[in-house]
Amino acid sequence: MTIDWTHFTPLTALCGGLLIGLSAAVLLLCNGRIAGISGIVGGLLQRYKAGDFGWRAAFVSGLVLAPALYRIFGELPQSRIDAGWATLVAAGVLVGFGSRLGSGCTSGHGVCGISRRSPRSLVATATFMSTGFVAVYIVRHLVG
Amino acid sequence: MNILIALLSGLIFGLGLIISGMANPAKVLGFLDLAGNWDPSLIFVMGGAIALGVFAFRFGGRRTASLLGQPMQMPTAKQIDRRLVIGSAIFGVGWGLAGICPGPALVLLGAGAGQGVVFVLALLAGMALFEASQRLPTSRR
Repeated sequence: MTIDWTHFTPLTALCGGLLIGLSAAVLLLCNGRIAGISGIVGGLLQRYKAGDFGWRAAFVSGLVLAPALYRIFGELPQSRIDAGWATLVAAGVLVGFGSRLGSGCTSGHGVCGISRRSPRSLVATATFMSTGFVAVYIVRHLVG
Repeated sequence: MNILIALLSGLIFGLGLIISGMANPAKVLGFLDLAGNWDPSLIFVMGGAIALGVFAFRFGGRRTASLLGQPMQMPTAKQIDRRLVIGSAIFGVGWGLAGICPGPALVLLGAGAGQGVVFVLALLAGMALFEASQRLPTSRR
């Protein structure tokens, strides 16, 4: 392992992280809800949660509108997606199915769950990080 | 009011993802590539979020109603079961394949990236597949 010093950005990472924490705090303390994105999106697909549709759709809209808000103040940072179309589709299905089966993703388990010191979320986070490491290792160093 | 708070929270979350670099799948993969040229930034993102989150949840966990009078809807599940581990394992594989999890997917969609649109559609299909699997009479809940 070598550290990628050219791409390592501890300060902006920390600032962005604090904003994510702030977002979770606002949703929790004002609305009494967990900022778990897979759960919020997944709830939109459940008909028996129809009364819940409004705030879920509003939270998702906020995420989708964030780049437009950012652009008012400056140019959006470059992002690069290396995955091909077939990989993107497969990855999307796995992320959607897995996060619902496991009751959470990076936000619900990784941020909110660990903040609550939930053993369940700690196990979930350790699990998805491990399989994420393995998937990248296989794609980049064994197959690639 | 609830709707407005949710919108605001989503906007702040999205800005956090953009500023932290986590809306860039290449940067996320740089973190997941332990054997390569490793970018530890994601640890600082989670560290910052959790540092604030710990206080919010400590304060919020003691309350029965939110500041706006809504019920506090905390997760009640405690069991570490097969479903949690298998689901998380599947999610991690998908995350590692493209470097995209649900939050950044929605931000990429909003940024107008074609790949973001395709990924979000596939994500919704995966979630719909999960909902369908839960309705199967043989599925164990």
